[in-house]
Amino acid sequence: MKIAFTSKGTNSESMMDPRFGRTEFILIYDEEKDEYTHFDNRAVEEIAHGAGPQTAQKLFELHPDILITGNGPGGNAATALKQASLIIFTGAGQMTVNEAYAAYKNGNLNKL
Amino acid sequence: MKIAIASGKGGTGKTTLATNLSSYLAEFHPLVLVDLDVEEPNSGLFIHGELIHSEDTFKKIPIWDKNKCTLCGLCQEVCNFHSVIKLGNQIMVFPELCHGCYACSELCPDEALPMISEKMGELKYYETGSFSFVESKLDIGQEQAVPLIAQTIAYVEKTFPDDIVKLYDSPPGTSCPVIEATKTADLIILVTEPTPFGLHDLKLAVATMRELKKRFAVVVNRYGIGNDDVLTYCNGEDIHILAKLPNNRKIAELYSRGSLVYKEIPEVERELEKIAIYILNMKVRVKK
Repeated sequence: MKIAFTSKGTNSESMMDPRFGRTEFILIYDEEKDEYTHFDNRAVEEIAHGAGPQTAQKLFELHPDILITGNGPGGNAATALKQASLIIFTGAGQMTVNEAYAAYKNGNLNKL
Repeated sequence: MKIAIASGKGGTGKTTLATNLSSYLAEFHPLVLVDLDVEEPNSGLFIHGELIHSEDTFKKIPIWDKNKCTLCGLCQEVCNFHSVIKLGNQIMVFPELCHGCYACSELCPDEALPMISEKMGELKYYETGSFSFVESKLDIGQEQAVPLIAQTIAYVEKTFPDDIVKLYDSPPGTSCPVIEATKTADLIILVTEPTPFGLHDLKLAVATMRELKKRFAVVVNRYGIGNDDVLTYCNGEDIHILAKLPNNRKIAELYSRGSLVYKEIPEVERELEKIAIYILNMKVRVKK
């Protein structure tokens, strides 16, 4: 399974970013390979409108199976993500990525 | 002659000034008042007239033609607003984000994004007996004010003669809707209040007008509350203060009943007179 996290940093010690569209990084954990890769999404700060669809499109290109985030995607992003046959978990906004992964494994996150 | 009434801060009295000034000025000169605060037009609450014309307004948005599309992705590259994105083997359009600029549609090599009409709001034109009144209102769920503001201005310019005074009640703030509502005006009246919040947002509005190279002047509303910082600022920046409308509980009472203020409060009428003289003098100069 490839799991995507919205995060404020580039490793698993980083805090989660509770926002979807304006998340600073997308961190991808590949469970089979046990490795993290990241995508720098900070360019989104510059744009006034359409952050949700833009981040959704980046996420789509990264092909994760699961998305773990904080507040959950907004309307436009949610519409876009429906196309990605992705399972989305929310409620991990105040955790580190490691904690969010553990919470997901223990079934403590909300499935959207 | 086009005059826009704008402000940085909301709730400073744009509509109070627009409606009262329209009624007052119309005694001397033909006038049309246009409510361009299309997200929440409220001039109409104070104006009672006969409906002359009503029309639905439409904006153009792209629609994806799957059969023609070759998934080249050019559309998402040219869209500045991320309203067209390519997801795998399909193109998604987000109509609420679309500014109707036609870039994706015109530049698509396969003509796979034709523009279609979508209703965005309504425009209404009333005659009050002393002046004309046009207002537009966005439909619920529509996010883009700019196309409706632009169409309303186009309607007013087409419908009314050049020498009529056109008074635009603008949206608050300093973003795109305000730019659209003020960019063709000969004079922008910035309404503010003498408070720290009023001054802060006045500075933003002044910076915006200077960037647009617009002629502007200030009206201080609710004069008597707060402090003198707005006056000090305007003097220091060489900004003309057209009038000071007094802070007066009776004004709020009249406003909340939907009544015009100046007919009952002579102080307000005297201040409107100052603005009217300035505008009519300017009009003579613009003509020459």
